[in-house]
Amino acid sequence: MFNAKVYISLKEGVADPQGATIKHALDSLGFKGVNEVKTGKYFQIELNIKNKREAEKQIEDMCKKILVNPVIEKYEYEIEEIKR
Amino acid sequence: MKFGVVIFPGSNCDYDCWWAIKQVTGERVDFIWHKEKNIENFDCIVLPGGFSYGDYLRTGAIARFSPVMRKIKEFAQRGGLVIGICNGFQILLEAGLLPGAMRKNKNLLFVCKYTYLRVENCSTPFTRLFKRGQILRMPIAHFEGNYYTDQDVLSKLKKNNQIIFRYCNRKGEITEEDNPNGSLEAIAGICNKEKNILGMMPHPERCSEAILGSEDGKIIWESIVESLKDRNRGKK
Repeated sequence: MFNAKVYISLKEGVADPQGATIKHALDSLGFKGVNEVKTGKYFQIELNIKNKREAEKQIEDMCKKILVNPVIEKYEYEIEEIKR
Repeated sequence: MKFGVVIFPGSNCDYDCWWAIKQVTGERVDFIWHKEKNIENFDCIVLPGGFSYGDYLRTGAIARFSPVMRKIKEFAQRGGLVIGICNGFQILLEAGLLPGAMRKNKNLLFVCKYTYLRVENCSTPFTRLFKRGQILRMPIAHFEGNYYTDQDVLSKLKKNNQIIFRYCNRKGEITEEDNPNGSLEAIAGICNKEKNILGMMPHPERCSEAILGSEDGKIIWESIVESLKDRNRGKK
């Protein structure tokens, strides 16, 4: 079994009004030195697959087919074996 | 001549489209459940607005896997007329039938109001009864209508006259204040290169009768009917 953590964020150059609004809120709360806030999505996917390479292939495929919109989003992921 | 309005789980402008088409054109309109695999007898397919699959993941991202979508792709590849309105436009983008993607509105609000639109191309089957530069009043109602694409695709859209509607002010000028969602180049509607697939955020079905405050949407349905009549004449 593997646990995949998939992180999705907006590509460079794609406006992120939510991130900008959160940054503004942090500034007004008095947090100093906040340069930029970027929002994104996070998925945790548990896979009942024995082979790590196969698990990676599946996650890659999921990202390409549905989890990510490549026009505006990019992704990265980590896969860890679950030991029970 | 037969129109088909697709119903996805979460569509909510399906009856409005049905009513507007029926009322304005008098042509036959049937609903198409999203699991339908046979759409052979239709001449124009409408993807209505709403919140298909609760807008989960991304707007339109799940609806594009509905069985009917494969058939709609084939239908469009054969030159069939497809119009996606609001969520229908978002589905067309996710399905790759139109280029680009939608971001959240720049003000992070759901915007529901009347807007002015400028007709940028009136030589499509959907806009042939408009005049170029004609100014329309049509309502929008969406959270994700902030159109985006990269420079490469944008220049292709321009070169092929694929930008069909732009948000503008009452004089037809494109200004930042009159762009309700932050959309790139104030884009409100685009079509594919072949001009048989139209996606638009404004709702023509909500302004097809005078009693609703504007009849500008009606011209889209009438244009489609004219185009289909021409096609049918060609077939005979």
